[in-house]
Amino acid sequence: MQKLVDIVAGVTSGSLKASAVVEEHLARIGARESEIHAFNLVTADQARVDAAKVDEDVKAGKKVGALAGVPIALKDNMCTRGVETTCSSKILQGWKPPYDATVVTKLRAAGAVIMGKTNLDEFAMGSSTENSAFGPTKNPHDVSRVPGGSSGGSAAAVSAGFAAASLGSDTGGSIRQPAALCGVVGVKPTYGVVSRYGLVAFASSLDQIGPFTSDVRDAATLLEVISGHDPMDSTSIPQPAPSLVAVLDHGVAGMRIGRVTDLPEGCEPDVLARLEAAFDALRNAGAIIVDIKLPSIQYCLTAYYLIAPAEASSNLARYDGVRFGNRVEAADLNSMYAATREAGFGEEVKRRIMLGTYALSAGYYDAYYGKALKVRRLISDDFARAYEKTDVILTPTSPSVAFKFGSKTDNPLAMYLCDVFTIPTNLAGHPAMSVPFGTGADKMPVGVQVLATTLGEQAMFKVAAELERSL
Amino acid sequence: MSEVTALPNGWQLIVGLEVHVELATKTKMFSASANRFGDEPNTNIDPVTLGLPGALPVLNQHAIELAMRIGLALNCKVQPCTFHRKNYFYPDLPKAFQITQYDHPLNVDGHLMLPGDVCIGIERAHLEEDTGKSTHFGGSSGRIHGSDYSLIDFNRAGVPLVEIVSRPDIRTSEQARQYVAELRSILLAVGASDAKMEEGSMRCDVNVSVHKPGTPFGTRCEIKNVNSIRSVGRAIDYESRRQVDVIEGGGTIRQETRHWDDATGRTETLRTKEDADDYRYFLEPDLVPLVPDQSWIDAVRAALPKLPAARRQSLSELCGVDKDGESAFVVVERGQDDYVAAVVAAGGDPRRAVVYVQQAFAEQGATPKVPAKDLAALTILERDSKVTSTQAKTLLTDLIEAGGGDVAAMASKRGFEALDTSAVEAMVDAAIAAEPGAWQKYCNGEEKALGALVGAIMKSSKGKADGKVITALLQAKRP
Repeated sequence: MQKLVDIVAGVTSGSLKASAVVEEHLARIGARESEIHAFNLVTADQARVDAAKVDEDVKAGKKVGALAGVPIALKDNMCTRGVETTCSSKILQGWKPPYDATVVTKLRAAGAVIMGKTNLDEFAMGSSTENSAFGPTKNPHDVSRVPGGSSGGSAAAVSAGFAAASLGSDTGGSIRQPAALCGVVGVKPTYGVVSRYGLVAFASSLDQIGPFTSDVRDAATLLEVISGHDPMDSTSIPQPAPSLVAVLDHGVAGMRIGRVTDLPEGCEPDVLARLEAAFDALRNAGAIIVDIKLPSIQYCLTAYYLIAPAEASSNLARYDGVRFGNRVEAADLNSMYAATREAGFGEEVKRRIMLGTYALSAGYYDAYYGKALKVRRLISDDFARAYEKTDVILTPTSPSVAFKFGSKTDNPLAMYLCDVFTIPTNLAGHPAMSVPFGTGADKMPVGVQVLATTLGEQAMFKVAAELERSL
Repeated sequence: MSEVTALPNGWQLIVGLEVHVELATKTKMFSASANRFGDEPNTNIDPVTLGLPGALPVLNQHAIELAMRIGLALNCKVQPCTFHRKNYFYPDLPKAFQITQYDHPLNVDGHLMLPGDVCIGIERAHLEEDTGKSTHFGGSSGRIHGSDYSLIDFNRAGVPLVEIVSRPDIRTSEQARQYVAELRSILLAVGASDAKMEEGSMRCDVNVSVHKPGTPFGTRCEIKNVNSIRSVGRAIDYESRRQVDVIEGGGTIRQETRHWDDATGRTETLRTKEDADDYRYFLEPDLVPLVPDQSWIDAVRAALPKLPAARRQSLSELCGVDKDGESAFVVVERGQDDYVAAVVAAGGDPRRAVVYVQQAFAEQGATPKVPAKDLAALTILERDSKVTSTQAKTLLTDLIEAGGGDVAAMASKRGFEALDTSAVEAMVDAAIAAEPGAWQKYCNGEEKALGALVGAIMKSSKGKADGKVITALLQAKRP
């Protein structure tokens, strides 16, 4: 598989044609996409045009961007001007946004070639892509298994070689968990590092865009391009993009690596074994392993499933069939709203809208949403204490390797537990990434999660790079 | 507190007002679309205004500054604040929530003074966004229920608003009218809004309850659709009497929202508390807390113009008019007090200057075309009885039409000259001789007879004798 950095080097020097790179990726899509279903839409024609433009620019001696000729896939919840953006929901089917998300603008400016829009759990609500209205994505390592979710299409696209990199969004683990299950690198940056302008909101205070790549250096390169302050996003951090590639070879000698001694139970032994191997690898590289406690971590899943649905219930109220997306005609206005939302939203989305509406309602707010906000503060305090003693924290990304289709669809709680290790990061607004670290049961990939404090991306990438080198 | 309640049987009126004003910004509260009234429908729109998926709000700094001006002019404390989402479904609310301020508003704890040193507390003045404008067609009421179809103009959606909430300190409908008028005057003076009630850039919701002094306040009803200062008074007068009638008839007042119908002069139930939406307020996650730093607050305070109450006081001292009277209020609200001062500085008669400006300069704005020295000259002509007050009014019209000019020349062109006092006195004596009956009645204390005498003398002088001079002479001659 071609690395992103090799494509950029080749295309920029003229030794590699962007058009040829795109054709190779389109050929792999042609061979396996019908089996995998990573994409809701492949924009092959536009990709060819864009690649040809990059080649022309190189030939003409023009300066090309930091992602020149790199085929990139976008999760189908990021707005692309004039190109259908569905969130894998029937309610948005056919909607062509009149504007580009900020990340899309940045990718285009950097010379990336957009290959298409990838599948997801409807409105990013799920951990397997089984909640997509357009059918699930298959795990390229074993098509009887899920790719994880919600950004399953983006993870599978990189894993299957359909794109050199992709973007996903992570609200409770939706980048890191599918990255782990598909054996690729996935990064959830610090909240506010990457602009959310043009990302269709699920839970605004938790959502963050980040990259999928096949290795750590590619992830650092791509994240440097898409991050940085955006005046269109009020929650965007007002400072320049962090320098990441430069620190990848610094090693971890003397760094303190946190081991959580009160991690929630339920993690499979094959995954825990790989986590231990990761601690060993870092210790061998000169890092110091430090025991830490995160007492509030046991409440995070519950808090998340109040906060995220509460925000979602508000964010999704605008889908009424009037100004965009699908409409189901009915006798009067209220019936039209009801019929449109009944037909347009899937079961999981409806479940979360109901949960969130309830959690915010008069008389229940204090007991549910209000309590959840307290947990959010508590876990932030726990992390703050932990990061006095340690530079990064290592945990499993997912409690298990990729599971079989249908094995959790009848039990929402079992599905929610997939995110037990990833959710605390979102609640705290911190960065975290999943790095492939060998295989577990049935030779399926296992990911190790590296967590850091706010804007601790450099420490996080140093450790991730060391883990990758140790393999 | 002035006590002018007109309610029967000792009932006391309690009123609080919630006034929404659209801010005079160039762009909307959270996006770059124009904030302009009267444009072609749905032309000032963008992804943020329409609530398109993925769009995010960005605070308009000018809106914050105008809101701070309002707060500071109302003696509020300006504080760090946050934004919340108020969630409800309505066709003219594109995101299905309104971004507003909830438990931490920008401005709190202010007050506004009414004539007679009545102090009305201001609970808060917070920022929020306006909705789109719905127009309902078909049906009789012009409301959504029973209409055939509705059209929505999103030009107004996202226009910055400040909602000014008074404490329930208002005790009469007259005070309520004064409050709205004074607030409007302040908004105009600080340039925060054009405050046109007829265009909806200033809208009042009126909370009305009644109680007997010494007992807790009664249940309140909120009245919407009150679109003029006059309607504020009428709606309160109607609603308070309705409530008294209900209570005295053995009924109880339900907490509800009522609709004021200006045509029938009545309020009707719009929705009861039980039907009220649960707005599910929560902190707007797409915005960060707004923390205006002290230097910004200080700069806005320092740049505030002199406020209407202080300007009326100055005008009153300069011209000898009542600071709480109609002349001072109107002239200051129009921003013409500086002009009056210029007329006085040019040697004009102060009192006449105010009255002329109040009566004849309604269309002139803050900087009338007539040069201050010309108006000054006219007031002097009249004061010195060179022209009669009737002639002065004609000359004032000439002056406004011409945009200024030599008043003395205008007077002689029209053949205006007031007779001097000795000439008028001769005419007065002649009239007493000619109308002995009327004179005798006047001497016997029948004041009505004076009018007939004055009228006869003015007629015989062909308008050249000043009515005031004639009256003074007749009074002096009465034994």
